[in-house]
Amino acid sequence: MKAERKRNTGQELFRACLHNKAALISGLIILLIILLSTFAPLFTHYDETGQDLMNRLMPPGNGHLFGTDELGRDVFTRILYGTRVSLLIALLPTALAAALGTALGICAASFRGATDFIIMRLADIMLSIPGMLFAMVVLYTLGGSLASVVISLILIEWGETARVVRSVTLKLRESEFVEASVSAGAGGLHVMIWHILPNLLPTIIVLFTLNIPASILSESALSFLGIGIQPPQVSLGLMTGASRQYLFQMPWLALAPAGMIMVIVLSFHFFGDALRDILDPGRRTA
Amino acid sequence: MSEEILISARNITKSYSLGRKKRHIAVNDVSLELYKGETLALVGESGCGKSTLARLLMRLIKADSGRICFEGTDISALSGRALKPYRKRMQMIFQDPASSLDPRLRIRDIIAEPLRVWRVCPDKTEMERRILDLLDMVELKESMIDWYPRELSGGQKQRVGIARAIALDPELIICDESVSALDVSVQAQILNLLKRLKKELGLSCLFISHDLSVVNFIADRVCVMRGGVICETADTETLYAHPGHEYTRYLLSSIPAIGDDPVS
Repeated sequence: MKAERKRNTGQELFRACLHNKAALISGLIILLIILLSTFAPLFTHYDETGQDLMNRLMPPGNGHLFGTDELGRDVFTRILYGTRVSLLIALLPTALAAALGTALGICAASFRGATDFIIMRLADIMLSIPGMLFAMVVLYTLGGSLASVVISLILIEWGETARVVRSVTLKLRESEFVEASVSAGAGGLHVMIWHILPNLLPTIIVLFTLNIPASILSESALSFLGIGIQPPQVSLGLMTGASRQYLFQMPWLALAPAGMIMVIVLSFHFFGDALRDILDPGRRTA
Repeated sequence: MSEEILISARNITKSYSLGRKKRHIAVNDVSLELYKGETLALVGESGCGKSTLARLLMRLIKADSGRICFEGTDISALSGRALKPYRKRMQMIFQDPASSLDPRLRIRDIIAEPLRVWRVCPDKTEMERRILDLLDMVELKESMIDWYPRELSGGQKQRVGIARAIALDPELIICDESVSALDVSVQAQILNLLKRLKKELGLSCLFISHDLSVVNFIADRVCVMRGGVICETADTETLYAHPGHEYTRYLLSSIPAIGDDPVS
């Protein structure tokens, strides 16, 4: 009992994840995917862009787990390298959007008035434009590349975070423990660091994990349409898109990367869902 | 109890906008004074402006008009930095012990917060000793220092709230319905604790309640409030024996009695 009290919030969270089946399984799959793609050269001896025109469009087997594509490149190798892009897209724009949205949401709730109005109307505008449409416009303007995909995803995602963070912050600022802090003489910064941010954290984590699958799917879709990541860079969406003309003759070419997208998205989705359950104070036991 | 006034309110008014030019007047031209060392109770039904008045005195909200004087200094116009010294001298104990403690902080950090804000204890061991002292004063176990609020019962949480309020050795404690969220046996314990602390620390206390039997136990004087105005102020004994105002009589008659025994 005594040792249990000493645990900090991070350790408690880790323990709760071990006890939650969905969190455990999806977490392990995510870990496996991260390891596979990070140490890709250990798992394959092919090059992700190395062409072998003598062995084009080979069926699975013969040293090629998922066969080869129209230029004789090993599909399994390309999936591992494409997963790197997906993971980067999963974390980088999502994290930046979460940071931006949190900062703007807190500003809106703290300063109210004109600041609040401007930030929230901007968020409204972003939320009212369909995300994919907006991303397409950005990508046509900036040209398809990893950087422009990241930028467009940040622009799509910050609004929702800002909106939720603002409303939670407003509620927190009204709470009695903030009132107690103020009546003890604490200033705005103290209240922010000690009370607002720690209490916002579960909300931000959940929003973050739920945005991850959305980011991966958007990147895949944009690359599938040919306006996202450009060859010779590898992306799962790009692979699926390029293979669609062989869908009936050689379905594994499209199904393997599409399946990988599904596995990544579902694991992050289940993990985010489980995390929401764990962090919900109502379900937490003493 | 002395004749020296600690805090006084002069003709303070606070109203809230209801939209379309309508305003709800929560506190209407109220004056009251609290003498050093006394316990003044503020009673009245829900929504009569008791809590608003408390927050006005604490300067957690700003009055529309009127003055609030703390030891003769008008603090109603002060803001920010100028107000901070007065924050140290009056503290509040809140109604809902659950929501007045930050769920993500340990008891240690909750009690330490005022000490940190004022940099009272420069080094860690001194801070620790002060927190343990405070826990002892509110009769909590020292081992609870690393617990989270969710691990405590309602009465224990309220004790933590009291420890936080007395951490800075304030002169005035405002208890806003501090026992009404607790069940009766715990209420009695907390009231006894408050009474003891008040004596030991020489506190003055503004005690807000809607429960006249609680008020009878703790207060020296009673202010009866209704609809944003104070309708009667009297010594507790006088008030209970000879209620002057019709509304006070009504409130007294609504104390539930066992059998036919009227409340004396």
